[in-house]
Amino acid sequence: MSIAVLDTTGLPATSRSNAGRVPAGPAALLVDHATKRFKVDRRKPPLIAVDDVSIRLERGEIYGLLGANGSGKSTFIRLVSGLLTLDAGRVEVFGHDLVREEMAVKRLINRVSVDAAFFKKLSPAENLSFASRLYGLDSGEARRKAAEIMARLGIGEKRMSRPVEQMSRGMQQKVAIARAILTSPTLLLLDEPTTGLDPRSKLDVQTFIEELQSDHDATILLTTHDLAEADRLCGRIGVLAGGRLAAEETPERLKARVAFEHGLPPTLESAFMQYTGRSLDDDVEESEAEPAD
Amino acid sequence: MIAVTREARAGYAFVERNFNLTKRYWGWEVAFLVYAVAGALSVSLIGQSVGSRRLLMSLVVGAVFWNYLSVVFQSIGDTITWERWEGTLEYTMMAPVRRSTQLLGSALFAVAYGLIHTTVLLIVLALFFSLDLGHANLGAAAIFMIVGSASLIGIGMLAAILPMMSVERGSQMVFVLQSCLLLVSGVYYSTDILPGWMQLVSRISPATYVLDAIRKALIDGASLGDLLPDLWPLVFMAFAFIPLGLWGFGRAERYAKRTGKLKRVG
Repeated sequence: MSIAVLDTTGLPATSRSNAGRVPAGPAALLVDHATKRFKVDRRKPPLIAVDDVSIRLERGEIYGLLGANGSGKSTFIRLVSGLLTLDAGRVEVFGHDLVREEMAVKRLINRVSVDAAFFKKLSPAENLSFASRLYGLDSGEARRKAAEIMARLGIGEKRMSRPVEQMSRGMQQKVAIARAILTSPTLLLLDEPTTGLDPRSKLDVQTFIEELQSDHDATILLTTHDLAEADRLCGRIGVLAGGRLAAEETPERLKARVAFEHGLPPTLESAFMQYTGRSLDDDVEESEAEPAD
Repeated sequence: MIAVTREARAGYAFVERNFNLTKRYWGWEVAFLVYAVAGALSVSLIGQSVGSRRLLMSLVVGAVFWNYLSVVFQSIGDTITWERWEGTLEYTMMAPVRRSTQLLGSALFAVAYGLIHTTVLLIVLALFFSLDLGHANLGAAAIFMIVGSASLIGIGMLAAILPMMSVERGSQMVFVLQSCLLLVSGVYYSTDILPGWMQLVSRISPATYVLDAIRKALIDGASLGDLLPDLWPLVFMAFAFIPLGLWGFGRAERYAKRTGKLKRVG
């Protein structure tokens, strides 16, 4: 862990290698005053899932988005993915507007969600082949690359031809990560990628995320409930509460700020409690804000 | 050229994936085929019991080709249903693939799958009833299957909207729609016996023209020229329904993205 250096305000200066990158060219991700509302009941006012949120990610940055369940993290990821339309605001990926240049943006991004969604009867090889063809990859090249990624994630070739349903949750999540990486996204959206994984699988995935950043210059937007994970991986952290961005700092500054301004222990957990206004135990009980089918 | 290759690869992705799924669910495929054969035989035996060769042929054509049309129609809707249940629809929608490529890729598999299903069914029924297709115009029948598929694909695309909006109720509605097509399209009887309003509805069902033409081609050996009155409506429907299906699906996708309906439900 890096040591926080206090600046003139008493808060630590940016010290992470990927924090506060100097902008060179367009932002990897620019979200400008994004708002999303859902009408869940005709008699009630719409539920505001994402409320006027603006963030900017520079190329190669890992940005963590924290927040309680229902705070709007997944909705935010879906907005950036183009799976939900914005009610207000705009999203740009490497200078391409998500609405006007949808196809260009789609070629640059991919996503891993908390639930490893696959055709469970199909094998990893078949699922990855489908994904690679959708992104216009040559099948031979895709097979070679898939095998490489899977090997790196600790999944041998023997497992590639068995149905996904026969794999553990951790294995399935690794296949989901491989599916996303296969298409060489320059912006990777990771929506709680390590939730439900055992410590070893979690560590594997976290190490792989670090490699993606260092070796492939990938920009990553990560949502997580694991504060240690956010502390380890993220150059900057945003905290969503009730759909609004309640805080945005480097982990060091966030910890120092909560100690300096609120007299709490200098930990991300304190910051989480302070800015979300709730305990971690409450968080587990709630469901996401988006309407069900 | 690069864009065309990319779309072709993406279109093939849906064919290959659906083929792989069919392979993995082979037990169900066998069960569906046995059910289709049993159903077609049961209906056709009514003609045998009456002792009318013409009625028998008419019922065989109805059973076999309705099976084809319904398989094509249902497969397109099923593609979206599967994706909703498995939760993969969001990933497919995120991919840089035109919706037309996605739907036409799924339709291409549906046609190939339907053709194999129908060929097996036709062979079994031809052997069972010792059908004489000596003077049948098989070429004309094939043309009507192809043109009829095109028009039905458009309706299938429109039907695929339903499971996108609500996977469970959507699948039920696709089934209801399919049942209505069965009722009005003259699958086992002439549409002349239907009440007036149903006859009007039957005219907008591609299956009505396909079945009428294939009966005439296979039973009476009618030439393509004789069958033109059935061909023009089908060609018109193909040109109208496919763009309509794509347009409708696009509108539904925008609605789903506005209201958050693409999420996993299974």
